[in-house]
Amino acid sequence: MSKVLIIAEHLNGKLNSSTARCVTCAKAFNAASIDVLVLADAVDAIAAEAAAIDGVNKVLTIANPANAHALAAVYAPQVVAAAAGYSHVLAPSTTFGKDLAPRIAALLGVAQVSDIAEVLGAHQFKRPIYAGNAIITVEAPATATLVATVRTASFAAAGGGGSAAVEALNVSAELPTHTRFVELQQGKSDRPDLQSASRVVSGGRGVGSAENFAVIYKLADKLGAAVGASRAAVDAGYVPSDLQVGQTGKIIAPELYMAIGISGAIQHLTGIKDAGTIVAINKDSEAPIFEIADIGLVGDLFVLVPELEAALG
Amino acid sequence: MKILVGYKRVVDYNVRIQVKPDGSGVVTEGVKLSANPFDDIALEEALRLREKGVATDVIVATIGPADCQAHLRNGLAMGANRAIHVVTADAIQPLTAARALLKLIEKEQPDIVILGKQAIDDDCNQTGQMLAALWNRPQATFASKVEINGGAARVTREVDAGLETIEVDLPAVITTDLRLNEPRFIKLPDIMKAKSKPLETIDFASLGVESGDHLKTTAYAAPAKRSKGVMVKDVAELVSLLKTKGLV
Ligand SMILES: Cc1cc2nc3c(=O)[nH]c(=O)nc-3n(C[C@H](O)[C@H](O)[C@H](O)COP(=O)(O)OP(=O)(O)OC[C@H]3O[C@@H](n4cnc5c(N)ncnc54)[C@H](O)[C@@H]3O)c2cc1C
Ligand SMILES: Cc1cc2nc3c(=O)[nH]c(=O)nc-3n(C[C@H](O)[C@H](O)[C@H](O)COP(=O)(O)OP(=O)(O)OC[C@H]3O[C@@H](n4cnc5c(N)ncnc54)[C@H](O)[C@@H]3O)c2cc1C
Repeated sequence: MSKVLIIAEHLNGKLNSSTARCVTCAKAFNAASIDVLVLADAVDAIAAEAAAIDGVNKVLTIANPANAHALAAVYAPQVVAAAAGYSHVLAPSTTFGKDLAPRIAALLGVAQVSDIAEVLGAHQFKRPIYAGNAIITVEAPATATLVATVRTASFAAAGGGGSAAVEALNVSAELPTHTRFVELQQGKSDRPDLQSASRVVSGGRGVGSAENFAVIYKLADKLGAAVGASRAAVDAGYVPSDLQVGQTGKIIAPELYMAIGISGAIQHLTGIKDAGTIVAINKDSEAPIFEIADIGLVGDLFVLVPELEAALG
Repeated sequence: MKILVGYKRVVDYNVRIQVKPDGSGVVTEGVKLSANPFDDIALEEALRLREKGVATDVIVATIGPADCQAHLRNGLAMGANRAIHVVTADAIQPLTAARALLKLIEKEQPDIVILGKQAIDDDCNQTGQMLAALWNRPQATFASKVEINGGAARVTREVDAGLETIEVDLPAVITTDLRLNEPRFIKLPDIMKAKSKPLETIDFASLGVESGDHLKTTAYAAPAKRSKGVMVKDVAELVSLLKTKGLV
C-alpha cells in the first residue's frame, strides 16, 4: 500500500490551498497513509492548518531558520531525509513545487512525473504534453519512490475538519549556504488569488495599456474575481508576470473565466481548459477564443466591459 | 568565464500537434522543428553576458538525433562560440538528459549553465533542477533578470507570488523564463560564418550515462473537446445567461 508524503506550500505563515489539492490527488491512490511535511522557520500555525485537512494522517515539521524561504537547494536534502519509508513524494505543480520536486527526484536518483492531471492507479497517471494538445498515460515503476507534481487545477481542495497529529522531525542533512534569499516583491492586492479563485477576469493585448487595465480591474472587483492576463499583456508591461495564465504561466480552473481582448492562442487556452464557463469578449468575430468559449460576445471591450460592469449592479 | 547552454530542438510552438489515430504517439513527421523558445532565451542571455565582457566562451549543447546538426548551426549563427552534439536516436527523459549534461559539465567546467525552464514539447520543467542537484550546485529557476557580480549571480525569478530575488554562488544552473530577454534574429552572413565554427559530436553511449528513463508512456490521447458555446448579441443577454447559470 502507498504511503504518501506531501510537501506543504506556504507563504507568510499561511498554507497554500495547493497542499489540500495534493491531498485530494493522493486520496485517489487508495493510500494507506497521507502525511504532510512542513518546512519553515516557524511551523506551528502552518502545521495546524495542514492537520485540519481531511484525509491527512500526520503532519511532520522541520523548523529551522534556514527554512524561512523556500529555497529548493536547502529544502531538497531535508525532504530526502524525511522521505525514507514513503512510496510517494508529492508537491503541487506551482512554481514552488516545480522548483523543488525535480531536485528531490534527482537526489533520490528517480525520474519525476510532472503535472499529474488524473490518477489511474498509484503508479499510473495522465498528464498533458505539447501545451495540452495531447494527454499521455504515464507509468512509473512501483519499485522506486515516486516523485511527482500535481496539476492543482485538476483536483479540488480536500475539505477541513481533520485533526491529524503533528510531529517534529529531526533530520540530519547538510544544508548548503550557496543559495541565499534576497527579497520577494509581492504584488499587493486584496483581490482573490489567481490560482484558487472561483472567478477570473483576464485581459490581453487588446486592452492596450496598463492604464486601460483599469476596466478589467473594475469588472473583476464587481465580480469578486481574480485578475489574469495573456502573455502578450504581461510582455507589454500592462500587468506583472504573476498574472500570466497559460502553458508557461498559471494553469487555472475557475468556475467562471472571462477572456477580454485575448485572441485565444493555444498556449493561453491550455491554462484554462478546465474552467467551468468561459466567456470571451473580442472585437474580432473570427478570434480563435470563440471556438472554445461557452459564451461569446463580439464588440469593443471599451464599450462592453463598462456596460457589463454597470449591468451587474 | 565559460557558459554552457542547453539547446534543445522541439516541435515549433506554432504547430498544432495531433495525436495519431491509433494512440501510439503524436504526429511529428514533416512538422516544423525549432529551438525550444526558452533555449533561445538562454542562448541570448549567454551572448549578452559575453558582449558585456562577463563571459568569453559560449557553448550550445544538444542531446538528440543525428539530424540535430542544422539546429546547432542555428545556435552557432546566433553567436555561440562552439557546439556539442550528443548523438542519440532515443527520446531521453529529463533525468537522463541531466546526467548527460553533467558529463559535459565535468569535461567543460563551465561557470554558468543556462537551460530553458521547460521544453515546450514534454513541458517537464525538470532538467535544470535535476542537473543542479546532481552537480551539487545552486539552481536559479524561472529567471527574468540575471546579474553577475564576481563569483555570484543575483537572479530575479518569476514565482507565483510575484518576483523573488535570490543570490547564488557560481558555478550554478540558471533556467530561463519568458521575460529574461528577447532573442536576436539570425542574420544571413552569420549563417555562413557558423559553418566554420567548431561542432563536436559525442556518441551518447560513450558518455557512460546510466539511463534515468524510468517512465513509460503507454497511451496518447487527444484532449477532451469543450462543447461549442453560444454567441450572445449584447451585454443584457450575456448577463441573463450568466444569471441562469448561477454565475453572477
Ligand atoms: C514558448 C511560448 C510560451 C507561451 N506561453 C504563453 C502563456 O503561458 N500564456 C499566454 O497567454 N500566452 C503564451 N504564449 C503566447 C501566445 O502564443 C500568444 O502570443 C498570446 O497568448 C497572445 O496574447 P493576446 O491574446 O493577448 O494577444 P493577441 O493575440 O494580439 O490578441 C489580442 C486580441 O484582442 C482583440 N482586441 C483588440 N482590441 C480590442 C478591443 N478594443 N475590444 C475587443 N477586443 C479587442 C483582438 O481582436 C485580438 O483577438 C506563449 C508563446 C510561446 C512562444
Ligand atoms: C512524443 C515525443 C517524442 C519525442 N521524440 C524525441 C526524439 O526523437 N529525440 C529526442 O531527443 N527527444 C525526443 N523527445 C523529447 C525527450 O523525451 C525530452 O528531451 C526529454 O524527455 C526531456 O524532457 P523535457 O525536454 O520536457 O525537459 P525539460 O525539463 O522541460 O527541459 C528543460 C530544459 O532542459 C534542457 N534540455 C532538456 N533536454 C535537452 C536535450 N535533449 N538537449 C539539450 N538540452 C536539453 C533545455 O535547456 C530545456 O529547455 C520526445 C518527446 C515526446 C513527447
